[in-house]
Amino acid sequence: MDCIIIDDDATARLIIKQHCINSKQINVLEEFSSAIDAIKYLNNNSVDLVYLDIHMPNFSGFDFIQTLKNLPKIILTTSDRNFALEAFEYKSVVDYLLKPISKERFEKSLEKLVATSTVEKSLQKEEKLSDYIFVSVDKRLVKINIASIYLIEAKGDYISIKTNDKNYLVHSTLKKIEDKLPSNLFFKVHRSFIINFSEIIDIEDNSVLIGQVVVPVSRSNKSELMKRLNLL
Amino acid sequence: MEQPNLKFIKEIVGDDKAFEKSLIDIIKQEFPAEASLFTKNFSQKKYTEASTNVHKLKHKISLLGLEEGFEIAYEFENELKNGNTALHPEFLEILHKIHLYLLE
Repeated sequence: MDCIIIDDDATARLIIKQHCINSKQINVLEEFSSAIDAIKYLNNNSVDLVYLDIHMPNFSGFDFIQTLKNLPKIILTTSDRNFALEAFEYKSVVDYLLKPISKERFEKSLEKLVATSTVEKSLQKEEKLSDYIFVSVDKRLVKINIASIYLIEAKGDYISIKTNDKNYLVHSTLKKIEDKLPSNLFFKVHRSFIINFSEIIDIEDNSVLIGQVVVPVSRSNKSELMKRLNLL
Repeated sequence: MEQPNLKFIKEIVGDDKAFEKSLIDIIKQEFPAEASLFTKNFSQKKYTEASTNVHKLKHKISLLGLEEGFEIAYEFENELKNGNTALHPEFLEILHKIHLYLLE
């Protein structure tokens, strides 16, 4: 993990740097006595972590946080006990270390940092998996990108899933797949059809054009469909 | 009466003598300049600036194991922001102790 250290106090910078070296987990790329110099550096370089002193003359640690658009993870360092509440108002702030920073406290902070990163990675992974649906086709589980589905049609004991690349005939029901799809993107317009909202080309009377397919809209579902459209 | 010591620094540095030396060298180098800047700002009644100087000195006071000194500095820093100078003599005493210790 790459970091920079921002502190106007050289002893504080040295202590953090040495803790980083000893940890063998954090690589110190640069150290700055001024937050403004650090911002200039970050305009051209990316880091995973910033050790940031809150109390600095002219430009404080909080000024730094409010200035940067894409913030890396931040561990705040300070000699003041009374900034803790304000510190954790910022999403990027992982921990708050009181100076001088002991080895034990630094290591605890690292554990917290690693735990936070692990949770975030796992959430990202979950998010990615939720972009897909797995369906059983010819005894194989096939992964389909949900966004690529433009229409699902009931066909007896099967459903036909139509995507931009391919169509899949799956032994299932519309109800089952409807429960798995994001409701903001998909809508059941008829007892036999679920459409992808973003693929609607036009709507005429009681039908909707999806791709090149004209899909019937049942009377009971039409008012709900119209409500959900961004009508002029 | 507590005296400056290297207990806390040794806790931080462990057996790393080079690190210990670097840390003490920086304190020796920075402390006189920071203390002198405080004295200047305080004598000119620039209490907000003096409060910032106390803040910076506070870290070194703490590093040199002066726990009571740190509490006094903490109070003094906040009081100075309101123009209250009552803790000035006690703070000067802390600075003096550190000054003598660093000369040893």
